[in-house]
Amino acid sequence: MPGTSINWYRFASPQAFYPLAGRMIPWFWALAAVFGVAGLYLGFLVAPTDAQQGEGYRIIFLHVPASWMSMFIYLVMAFWAGLGLAFNFRLSAMMATALAPTGALFAFLSLWTGALWGKPMWGTWWVWDARLTSELILLFLYVGFIALQSAIDDPRRADKAGAILALVGVVNIPIIYFSVKWWNTLHQGSSVSLTKSPSMATTMLWGMLLCALACWMYAIAVALMRVRMIVLERERQTEWVREVLRGGESA
Amino acid sequence: MLKLICAIIARDLRLAMRRRSDLVSALFFFIIVVSLFPLGVGPEPELLRKLAPGVLWVAALLATMLSLPRLFADDHRDGTLEQLALAPQPLGLIVLGKVLAHWLISGLPLALLAPLLGLQFDLPTDALLMLSVSLLIGTPALSGIGAIGAALTLGVRGGGVLLSLLVLPLYIPVLIFGAGAVDATLTGLGAQAHLSLLGALTLAGVFFAPWPTAAALRIALE
Repeated sequence: MPGTSINWYRFASPQAFYPLAGRMIPWFWALAAVFGVAGLYLGFLVAPTDAQQGEGYRIIFLHVPASWMSMFIYLVMAFWAGLGLAFNFRLSAMMATALAPTGALFAFLSLWTGALWGKPMWGTWWVWDARLTSELILLFLYVGFIALQSAIDDPRRADKAGAILALVGVVNIPIIYFSVKWWNTLHQGSSVSLTKSPSMATTMLWGMLLCALACWMYAIAVALMRVRMIVLERERQTEWVREVLRGGESA
Repeated sequence: MLKLICAIIARDLRLAMRRRSDLVSALFFFIIVVSLFPLGVGPEPELLRKLAPGVLWVAALLATMLSLPRLFADDHRDGTLEQLALAPQPLGLIVLGKVLAHWLISGLPLALLAPLLGLQFDLPTDALLMLSVSLLIGTPALSGIGAIGAALTLGVRGGGVLLSLLVLPLYIPVLIFGAGAVDATLTGLGAQAHLSLLGALTLAGVFFAPWPTAAALRIALE
């Protein structure tokens, strides 16, 4: 409807955002479940067996979404952190803090499922290949971000210091990626690309995309839950948080 | 502008010269770490020659990192850093001066000392020369990137370990191209490409690093 515009800045205040996030979380959980079930159904029951890799390839339905999410979440985290640094929004800095553990989890999952996949296909758990190494470094960057934030007691300073680190990391990721790529490579080329038609069966692709959506929705749901906890912790001296803690979510 | 940078460098060098033990202990750390490897993996010259570029470069990274916390900590403790931040000149320039001074007291001695240690690893002459050149070109980037980490961990508890956690992943490109240059010389491939990339990393690192460092220092001083 023209003329009615939502004041988005209102939700930059933790007090307004807290109940909104509370209402959104069940939806994202539901979406994650629906996409997850559909993706796994397509992946395990419909998608054909791979000609070269047999049934073992089916770990792709967790491996690829986890890798995508680990990289994507870092970008989103850096975006929120930068926004928090530039405009001094408390909430976006909290968002960055809330996203970091989920991103680290996905980076770890990606490495772990990759190792499980590499053992039957390449005959080894780990190779010093460009993609594996840069994913490992991404995990290090997440760990550095979390460690820096938890070492600083003052939350405002922790937010800002973490934001600078996240932004420096974003600039460095392409450099690290290419340096590692020129150094050594074995990982198969990308199976999905925007410029050419995918080199895999359509059902496989759909299963993978659905699983990626499920991971995405899961990440949002978990990040929102975590950001709600951070809001409560940081705003515990305010009246509205006391009210929330006393009697349900009426705030 | 140049005068300011020179003044900062001269000041930091004078301070470092008054406390030479810090400088020397970082160098000895480098020597000891490098000497541990032949003891650990065995003295076969063939193997050592293969390991040398990586070992020497990793040891150089660690030695540089060891001296990073002192980059701002002393000035922070006695209040100099606040005075510098209040100065009319941009804080980034002051940081640049401190980075260059840090390179002169940590990176440069490492580059000069490394060929001597390379001899212990049975490196041929051209590889020794390349080791020195690659360290000369690469270590300024280490000082620049390290300054960001040093500023972020300024006055934070457990700062030293945290610093290594933040900075070492960012050092990886420098390590790859630095050790790669020496390796390429050893295998007769020519190190031109590696040296060019290393030079690019150093220029970008020294040019851009002062900004986030200055921002991090202002946060730490709040």
